[in-house]
Amino acid sequence: MNNKLFTFLLLVVAVTIISCDKDNFEPPKSVLSGRLTYKGDSIGVEYNQVPFNLFQPGFGRIGAITGTFTPEGTYQVLTFDGDYKFTIPKNQGPFLWKELTSNSRDTLIVSLKGAQTVDIEVIPFYMIRKPNFTQSSGKVNASFDIEKIVTDANAKNIQTISLFINKTQFVSNQTNEKLAQADIVGTTITNFSNLNMSVTIPTLPTPNEKYVFARIGVRIVGVEDWIYSPIRKIAL
Amino acid sequence: MKKLLITMIILLIGTQSCKTDKEFLDVPPLSILTTEIVFSDPALALSVLGDLYNRAVDFTSLKTGWASFVEFSEAFPSDGSTVSTTTWDYGTWGLYEYGYIRDINLFIERLDASNALNAADKARFTAEARFLRAQYYFEMVKRMGGVPLITKSLIYENGAAITTFQFPRAKESEVYDFVINEAEAIKGLLPSSSLQKSRATAAAALAMECRAALYAGSIARYGVKSPLVTLPNGEVGIPSNRAAGYYTIALNSAKAIINGSVGDYKLYTATPDLAENFAAIFYDKSASNKETIFIEDFKAFAGKTHQFTTQTQPFAQSEEAANSDAGRLNPSLNLVEAFEKLDNTYAPIGTRDDKGNPIYYTNMQDAFAGRDARLAGTIILPDALFKGKKVDIWAGYVLADGKIVSAANSSVLQTLPGTASAVQVVGADGPVDGLAFRTQTGFYIRKYLDPTPQSGTRGRGSDLAFIRYRLGEVLLNAAEAAFELGDLGTANLYFNQLRARAGLTTPFALTSANGFDRIVHERRVELVFEGHTFFDTKRWRIANDVWDGTKMTVADLVANIGVATKRNTQPFGLYPYKLHSPGNPNHGKWTYREVLPGRVTGALTFRNGNYYSQIANSLILSNPKLVRQPNQ
Repeated sequence: MNNKLFTFLLLVVAVTIISCDKDNFEPPKSVLSGRLTYKGDSIGVEYNQVPFNLFQPGFGRIGAITGTFTPEGTYQVLTFDGDYKFTIPKNQGPFLWKELTSNSRDTLIVSLKGAQTVDIEVIPFYMIRKPNFTQSSGKVNASFDIEKIVTDANAKNIQTISLFINKTQFVSNQTNEKLAQADIVGTTITNFSNLNMSVTIPTLPTPNEKYVFARIGVRIVGVEDWIYSPIRKIAL
Repeated sequence: MKKLLITMIILLIGTQSCKTDKEFLDVPPLSILTTEIVFSDPALALSVLGDLYNRAVDFTSLKTGWASFVEFSEAFPSDGSTVSTTTWDYGTWGLYEYGYIRDINLFIERLDASNALNAADKARFTAEARFLRAQYYFEMVKRMGGVPLITKSLIYENGAAITTFQFPRAKESEVYDFVINEAEAIKGLLPSSSLQKSRATAAAALAMECRAALYAGSIARYGVKSPLVTLPNGEVGIPSNRAAGYYTIALNSAKAIINGSVGDYKLYTATPDLAENFAAIFYDKSASNKETIFIEDFKAFAGKTHQFTTQTQPFAQSEEAANSDAGRLNPSLNLVEAFEKLDNTYAPIGTRDDKGNPIYYTNMQDAFAGRDARLAGTIILPDALFKGKKVDIWAGYVLADGKIVSAANSSVLQTLPGTASAVQVVGADGPVDGLAFRTQTGFYIRKYLDPTPQSGTRGRGSDLAFIRYRLGEVLLNAAEAAFELGDLGTANLYFNQLRARAGLTTPFALTSANGFDRIVHERRVELVFEGHTFFDTKRWRIANDVWDGTKMTVADLVANIGVATKRNTQPFGLYPYKLHSPGNPNHGKWTYREVLPGRVTGALTFRNGNYYSQIANSLILSNPKLVRQPNQ
């Protein structure tokens, strides 16, 4: 009996000694995070639609860590310390990014060491200013201003402005992220300040939950991604 | 005795050890055919070519099964598998397989090096391999845009720089030019016979050239509608000034097939019943079928069959065990509505009159009467015949007050009000919302469905051929190319020739105003489920209008039929109900309702980044010269 116990203990000790950590890699620990901004103001986008690429040069092979921005315009990457280059693929996002030549884009150099916040400064075509949501008699009303940011040769017109409501925090033009919407056609807009919209709240799938989420989206002519206001929870 | 044994051993050793080691060890392998042997015998070389034929890739294919036919709202999958998706990944439909290209290149080089084969065999085999290579590059360029053009095998020698094996993408137009030039170069080396269908012929080469030139022409012409879908060096996108040149090539190569210069090709008209005739194009493999040009053939009891019929046959007539496999592919009402009436006008299937009251039909088929014969030839409608038996498609009884009596399946009986005994209240073939293997749209597919007995069993399988090129498409290509070149007379000639075969005998005049919509529509109804819908929608750059991610209503569904950019994001169904209202003159008659199957929760969204499938990051890692696709 003693002999058996001794063998067992020996085994335990042996395993402990042998299983050193040589073959185990350290998991990545450094968190790189941030948000899309224009002069400090956040830019909202659609969930999973605006991608970014994070390159780490110097290892001979060129491949990107890819991810997408959240609806609030934030991003987060868990990776190793090192020097990275951050960029957004061409024609993605409702904003301008500095172009170098016709087929290469500027990159943002990030020296990552531990947790770090890097906000991505871009030039959106438009900004939705002072969005204000209220609820009255079965309707969500929104008032806001639109500021045209890009006014040079790259300027683009507004195709539509829409007010969306949804039951979840995911609110966008995507078909499963809206319960109802109201639209203003871009060509009918004469004044960008004090715009008002309202949308009737439809019969909710969960009538006991007395709230909806709302946000305003701007669709720009010739740009695939919409630009969105922050999401607001509205109590009913 | 012992002595004898020893003598024997000595003798044996003596005789055997006379051989040198080299002679003794150098035994030709019995299980491997060397390159020299293979390329000295035409039968062996042909079997290598047979392997290359087998590995050709199609967008929809009977080999890969029903699921490759079901997408894009033209049909509903009975298991509900794809109808909850909203967006496609950028990598969807990608094709980038140079192993196949290398094998073809090696085959061509080894044929060339062989002295034992006769010149005629060598010429034909080489032309066939070049055809397959061009066909594959065509398949790649449709999905990926410009890809590296590799036309000889690459050999790595120790120490060679890896960069010499990294090739940049060719321009999209260069790949199309390659396909066109190869077709021109090999058409004279291939046989000209309409009886040769499963191997490349001159007509197959011309049909490929015609389709490729048409695709390139439309990308050049309609690329301006999607300015974001281009790359500055032309890997994606073709300059618009090249459109006319491509359309001319497409028209000329189509004419060469139509005028009979490369074999006796005719539209299939063997059967007087026009719907049956249209269905027979796909199941008649006899010499009387002069419409098919190039097919992927199958052969029962010989190891090459497919399960398409097993998986899509009407449930109640399934030749497999109950509930194991049937009815997976249900054409949508969206598609059914697209088949026009015999007077060349569009109309939805009548379900309600102007005042909103239900329309009642004495016979179920009356609702579909007076339409393009291709409707019943492509789709099994309620109460239609398959293999001489009527399909049993109806969703239940509707009572005088509008209430519906139905059941979970046809074996659950119900008692109708005012009657004593329980009766069947839903068709044995469906539809019941959510019940797999029966139709859930009210329709079954007929195109490519094999009427041969036992072809719906797993054991035998079906040996219907997949048609890669047929004269019907060539006529439409010619009509489209002529239309785009402004030659309306020629366009109308070919356009109406094809329509007359479907029973639309009143000639329709294409004009510059209606022509585009009409050609888009005609290709849809003629070529649906043949692998064209997706690429056609892409090359006209209307995919982001057709699949715009917005859910549809019944009002959307029945409006604007025949408009090229009509939304088609969700597959609808049409459920037949029988009126139970004794005393009512309509008692026992049929009425229809449009239904969105419950599992359809998504709405298809085609993004700009979907026009060209993603080149995987791993590929760009190993070849940094590859340019990324736009919008990804």
